[in-house]
Amino acid sequence: MDREDFARGVREVAPLLLGVAPFGLVAGIAAANAGLDLTQAVGMSVIVFAGASQLAALDLIGRDAPLSVVVLTAVVINLRMLMYSASIAPHFRTFATRLKAGLAYLLTDQAYALSIASYRGERSVDRAAYYIGVALTLWVVWQVTTAAGVVLGTGVPDAWGLEFAVPLVFLALLVPAMEDGPTTVAGLAGGTIAVAGAGLPLNLGLLVGASVGIVAGLVAERPMEVNATDGH
Amino acid sequence: MATSYADPLVWGVILVIGVLTYAIRLSFIGLFGYLDEIPPRLERPLRYVPAAVLAALVLPAFVTLNAGGLAVEKLVAGGLAAVVAWRTENVFATMAVGMGTLWVARFLLLPAL
Repeated sequence: MDREDFARGVREVAPLLLGVAPFGLVAGIAAANAGLDLTQAVGMSVIVFAGASQLAALDLIGRDAPLSVVVLTAVVINLRMLMYSASIAPHFRTFATRLKAGLAYLLTDQAYALSIASYRGERSVDRAAYYIGVALTLWVVWQVTTAAGVVLGTGVPDAWGLEFAVPLVFLALLVPAMEDGPTTVAGLAGGTIAVAGAGLPLNLGLLVGASVGIVAGLVAERPMEVNATDGH
Repeated sequence: MATSYADPLVWGVILVIGVLTYAIRLSFIGLFGYLDEIPPRLERPLRYVPAAVLAALVLPAFVTLNAGGLAVEKLVAGGLAAVVAWRTENVFATMAVGMGTLWVARFLLLPAL
């Protein structure tokens, strides 16, 4: 493994840790609020290792939502990684099966984004070393900050409303996700339906909202494509 | 809101989510050669998953439509944080402004009214 490329991965992911560390703290706080102990919270961060789905699942677990709804919600949130897996797969095709299995476990939004950018760059790179430098750093920071968040979350009074940090993290991720017309429509529709459906039984509001949002985005695609070509 | 699910059930749900998430991650990396591209029929809806899911997580936390009335401080804190998120796209700045506004409203402004 190329040490220099590994180190370059670690260096280039460092600025992103400013966003990941508070996210991990919040995941720990949310776990404590949902009634999980330190072992369960860190266990979740190791086994699932996908922040957004962990936070949504913890929120639902804390409300005693049916476990099928918890699982389905988390899986829908993580479906986006199907796109990352497909996009990065050609770069991993020559690796041994065991290495691929390990690299897949470490796949996250940030690891994908940085690695793909580096693979497409002009400079040749030890693809596995760079990826591991990025992804393993994220993994370590995620585990440490989750554990710290549990300790923090059990020590701070409820009135501080630390759980409010969860939607704030999602908000910062939502804005870049609404990158064009149809994705903005998907977000607006998903959010509105989720607000209206907050009282739905089985805590289905999130799933119904997300589903309607996806359909709305697909529906919005066509007229917007027509509009985009109108002026030409 | 501590859960009333017993420990084995909590571990069970963590494990199931973990296995399914790993399957999603491994999918194309593991199957490359057999399955090279996402079918377009699947790819189009996938494009809208992040925006739809995130918005469905965010908005109900800021806006509540129940009989207990509107939680004004959350609406204001969420609104200001949204402006910061839009301007900076920075997770830390968004959290700082959102939590700061919530605390100022809760501990300074609302008690003074």
